[in-house]
Amino acid sequence: MDPITIIRSRTVVMPSTNIDTDQIIPARFLTTTVREGLGVSLFADWRYDKAGQPKPDFVLNQPAAQGCQVLVAGRNIGCGSSREHAPWALLDFGIRVVISTEIADIFRNNSLKNGLLPVVVDEATHEWLLANPGVEVEVDLPACTLRLPDGREVPFPIESFSRYCLMNGIDELGYLLSQMDAIERFERAREGA
Amino acid sequence: MTAQSLFEKVWQRHVVVPETADTPAVLYIDLHLTHEVTSPQAFDVLRARQLQVRRLDRTLATMDHSTPTDTAQIFGGLPIKLESAARQVRQLEVNCAEFGVNLIGLQDSRRGIVHIIGPEQGATQPGKTIVCGDSHTSTHGAFGALAFGIGTTEVGYVLATQCLLQRKPKTLEIVVNGRLPAGVSAKDVVLAVIGRIGVNGGTGHVIEFRGSAIAAMSMDERMTVCNMSIEAGARAGMIAPDATTYEYLQGRPFAPRGADWDQAVADWNTLSSDAGAVFDKSAALDASRLEPMITFGTNPGMVTTISGNVPERPGDPVFARSLAYMGLTAGERMAEKPVQVVFIGSCTNARISDLEAAAAILRGRKVARGVRALIVPGSQQIKLEAEQRGLAKVFTDAGAEWRESGCSMCLGMNGDLVDAGQYCVSTSNRNFEGRQGIGARTLLASPASAAAAAVRGRVTDPREFLG
Repeated sequence: MDPITIIRSRTVVMPSTNIDTDQIIPARFLTTTVREGLGVSLFADWRYDKAGQPKPDFVLNQPAAQGCQVLVAGRNIGCGSSREHAPWALLDFGIRVVISTEIADIFRNNSLKNGLLPVVVDEATHEWLLANPGVEVEVDLPACTLRLPDGREVPFPIESFSRYCLMNGIDELGYLLSQMDAIERFERAREGA
Repeated sequence: MTAQSLFEKVWQRHVVVPETADTPAVLYIDLHLTHEVTSPQAFDVLRARQLQVRRLDRTLATMDHSTPTDTAQIFGGLPIKLESAARQVRQLEVNCAEFGVNLIGLQDSRRGIVHIIGPEQGATQPGKTIVCGDSHTSTHGAFGALAFGIGTTEVGYVLATQCLLQRKPKTLEIVVNGRLPAGVSAKDVVLAVIGRIGVNGGTGHVIEFRGSAIAAMSMDERMTVCNMSIEAGARAGMIAPDATTYEYLQGRPFAPRGADWDQAVADWNTLSSDAGAVFDKSAALDASRLEPMITFGTNPGMVTTISGNVPERPGDPVFARSLAYMGLTAGERMAEKPVQVVFIGSCTNARISDLEAAAAILRGRKVARGVRALIVPGSQQIKLEAEQRGLAKVFTDAGAEWRESGCSMCLGMNGDLVDAGQYCVSTSNRNFEGRQGIGARTLLASPASAAAAAVRGRVTDPREFLG
């Protein structure tokens, strides 16, 4: 994973509330056994018509959305299935930040594990972002701050250890493995071995 | 000592390293269930980093999501029709063989939906921490376990270390008191709960379901309730273990025996929330006022009584879009809506008592002309029991399809699909757009409501068949 510090990008806006992970990546694409290549199937049922052609009115198909790395979504994005294929598909498409007022638990966790930044903001900021699609924003992970084009600085919460891992481009497995002595002690105490 | 909740007790017992401002807690996992869809990439990580599965005795694999429900493809020597699914099934076999993981394979008589066979085999026990790369892992909380779904990266962490990094979640108490009226089921209770608190009402929380209506439920019913905790946004739902729990577990293959059993029960009896335990949030429902429920929209919180109408929410474009997808109009009556498909199955409602509830209505009756009724038992053991007890014959006599076990039409990964535009009364857990097939319109309801819809070919209050 590449270290994340500051991401600058225009936003693409999907105001729907409760965008579930079945929408982000429908179940029929989950028979894959690898992580790569899911971007083409991102939001497949919203994005393509019956013949498999891109629907021109769908936001991700519009020229303005190309190259956008920041997705602003309605409240409670990522609810439903635990499929990690959802952040994999978003990242493979080029999205690196998801902004909402609420982000579902498992999706948020899965995102953090893959370098997709879940950014939870207040209602007022969210409404402004929904009303102003395509603005250039700056997501500053070291400062936990979202900068809007009018100079506003909006703080966002992010779990401290996940932030450390993301800024250093490492995963949590190394840390967990470094705790092996404690894990073995715990097992011995419980299992009486 | 401070009064503790059930969740806090189970959490505390599994903290290997306490959380600090800088690092989450290292939480020990007692049981890791794994399946074909969310594990291949995790095994690849083990390979890439030259790691082993740390605790084979705490890891159990099966296949359920992409497996066919067609007998010929499982036992008849026919290949799995869906090529990508066949590949995924083979990959799990290869991974389990390579790493030595105990696999309940395709033709195993113990196979079934992972959240049904864990309890069935007695692997699910009170006080355990249980994870699986599947959001409906919350089901196992019915036994007083702390059970939650994880992503594939975390599947890899648990395989390698038997631990996860976790911040302690908040707690939400949902009290359901009173006696459920006839014809109203556990499914209706949990749909009513989600309708009340919303699909995000439990986000960041572990739910404890409490109250006399919960205590009166069988384990099958408790599993239905905890199963759908995730539909309210809560990763886990829990119910304190009691005599009903122990009666269900005793004698099952993985359950403790002899003196170990007595010792386990004595320990499990200490798990209930203490009087005065504090919850971060609380909600209450009166069971005696509940009615059969049915969803009308594209998330499980969009639910009404089966005798009710689609609500009106003028000026809400997301709501309007959802109704447009469903082909319903605000204010419209749900009852009498014609349906084309009925699905009785899934980790929510495919246990033996669910099949009994459906059979009670289908016995001596026929599935309405033009309706396809698919009945998929939750496990091969349940299938066998239903056949031995004559339930399967009730279904086939009625004209329903009786299949091998698996997730099937809940998410259609195996090719069991609802066609675009069709209405499906389904006992599963999600009515998301496209969940059961592109353009499929899912109406979530109880097994009794699904069976009633199968007989009438319309959305029907199952109480019409009572007495």
